[in-house]
Amino acid sequence: MANPPGAREEKQERKTATTDPRKKASFTVPVAKGLINTLKHILRREPNTIHYPDEKRTPYPGYRGEHRLKRDELGREKCVACFLCSTACPAHCIEIVAEEAPWDDREKRPRLFNIDMMRCIYCGMCEEACPCDAIELTPVFNIPSRTRAEKIYDKEKLLSL
Amino acid sequence: MTDPLYSILIAVIKAVIIFAVILQIVPLLVYFERKISAWIQDRIGPNRVGPIGLLQPLADVIKLAFKEDLTPQGADKWIYRLAPVLVYAPAVLAFTVIPVGIDLQVASFDVGVVFLLTISGFSVYGLAFGGWASNNKYSLLGGLRASAQMISYEVAMGLSIIAIMMTAETVDLNEIIRQQWGSGTLGLLEWNLFKQPIAAVVFIIAAFAETNRLPFDLAECEAELIGGFHTEYTGLKFATFFMGEYVAMITMSGLMVTLFLGGWSVPWVEIPTSPSMVDMALSIGFFSVKLFALLFFYIWIRWTLPRFRYDQLMGIGWKVFIPVSLVNLGLTAVAGVLGWKWLIPLP
Ligand code: SF4
Ligand code: SF4
Repeated sequence: MANPPGAREEKQERKTATTDPRKKASFTVPVAKGLINTLKHILRREPNTIHYPDEKRTPYPGYRGEHRLKRDELGREKCVACFLCSTACPAHCIEIVAEEAPWDDREKRPRLFNIDMMRCIYCGMCEEACPCDAIELTPVFNIPSRTRAEKIYDKEKLLSL
Repeated sequence: MTDPLYSILIAVIKAVIIFAVILQIVPLLVYFERKISAWIQDRIGPNRVGPIGLLQPLADVIKLAFKEDLTPQGADKWIYRLAPVLVYAPAVLAFTVIPVGIDLQVASFDVGVVFLLTISGFSVYGLAFGGWASNNKYSLLGGLRASAQMISYEVAMGLSIIAIMMTAETVDLNEIIRQQWGSGTLGLLEWNLFKQPIAAVVFIIAAFAETNRLPFDLAECEAELIGGFHTEYTGLKFATFFMGEYVAMITMSGLMVTLFLGGWSVPWVEIPTSPSMVDMALSIGFFSVKLFALLFFYIWIRWTLPRFRYDQLMGIGWKVFIPVSLVNLGLTAVAGVLGWKWLIPLP
């Protein structure tokens, strides 16, 4: 594979930029270069930031935010309480208690399904692990709350999202 | 008219107005600094408080005023309290001799430059005392660095001012300004910036070190000294330090405008012998424009350059600036004897 264009020049530049510490460094040229560069930024004025609460960024596809539990066509939760997500979770923040499912197509369903959002690291492992495609990370990122207790989402909350 | 009470009254009024104006420039400067740094870093900058964020410095001050005023355990209380004032007061005092308009300054001395140098040297006590009294090793190191740095750069600065005094043959700042006025197409070249380029460069760089501004702000480097001499200061005491730094910046810029950029005069515009109110206002305007240009330069440098290493700082100070300004003194003397106006004789 050929190097991407510019990679070679960059490498060479880095080589010349590392000066011998015993050599006398001259500051004049680098300082002038830096000043010109910053002046360009002042004059150009194209901020990379946004006015956050007024203007919201649209998250990129695949952004990992708050979780939700999905329902199937009959409106039942898809989750079969297999514990794979809580096993996969590196932060150990999913708490599941299973109960017998009243339906014929599956043995179990969760009686309790709590995710501690304060411990979650939003890695998406739960979503990866789930065999039934029942849990999913939504792109919702602005999720403040006043107490820690509010940040433990139970089954109803997760299903309603 | 010659009543002493009358002249005292005039002096007091001048002092109050000029101080009030400087104190108003400080928040403005803080705002500019935040805005310009934001532009340099491709951010937006403060824009929430007041129209286009203009009231942001006020909000900052209110925040600082409501902070708890801590005195660290084991601190030397009186010196600890004195230090911020010792930084702030000399900076303001030094401004009194800088002419902001035609012959307009709070205190007119014949020895303006010498007074200014003496007084601005005092601010090092504030930094050193603040570092010493906080009973914190980082603060102490910051204070030590500040004193070493200011002492070294004061020499270079003094030497470059001597060169100016030699060409001007006076220490009266108004007289120095008058000599920098020129008419004709090359009027601009009368500025000491062109008559004494070496002194100007040395002075400008030394002024950065003297005011503890960024490429030389080793006294407060956040990375190693967690804020240096003001680590332990909170609330309004910290604000006083902060204000002192900005006022020192304004004073130094004012001095540079006076010494090198022709002060309140502008080439091609005749200096009136008996100035009217309009002339006065115009001259103050010229001075402010130059002052803000220099302040912009200060801010621009700050957000461009990283901090120097301590040995680099000392190396530049002792091994480059002092010899260079000594050589410059010699050149100036030779030029003076030969009757050259510019160091490099122009066609
Ligand atoms: S995103 Fe990661 S940390 Fe959060 S619940 Fe899923 S597996 Fe656990
Ligand atoms: S992995 Fe899926 S089905 Fe299994 S318990 Fe977790 S959410 Fe439910």
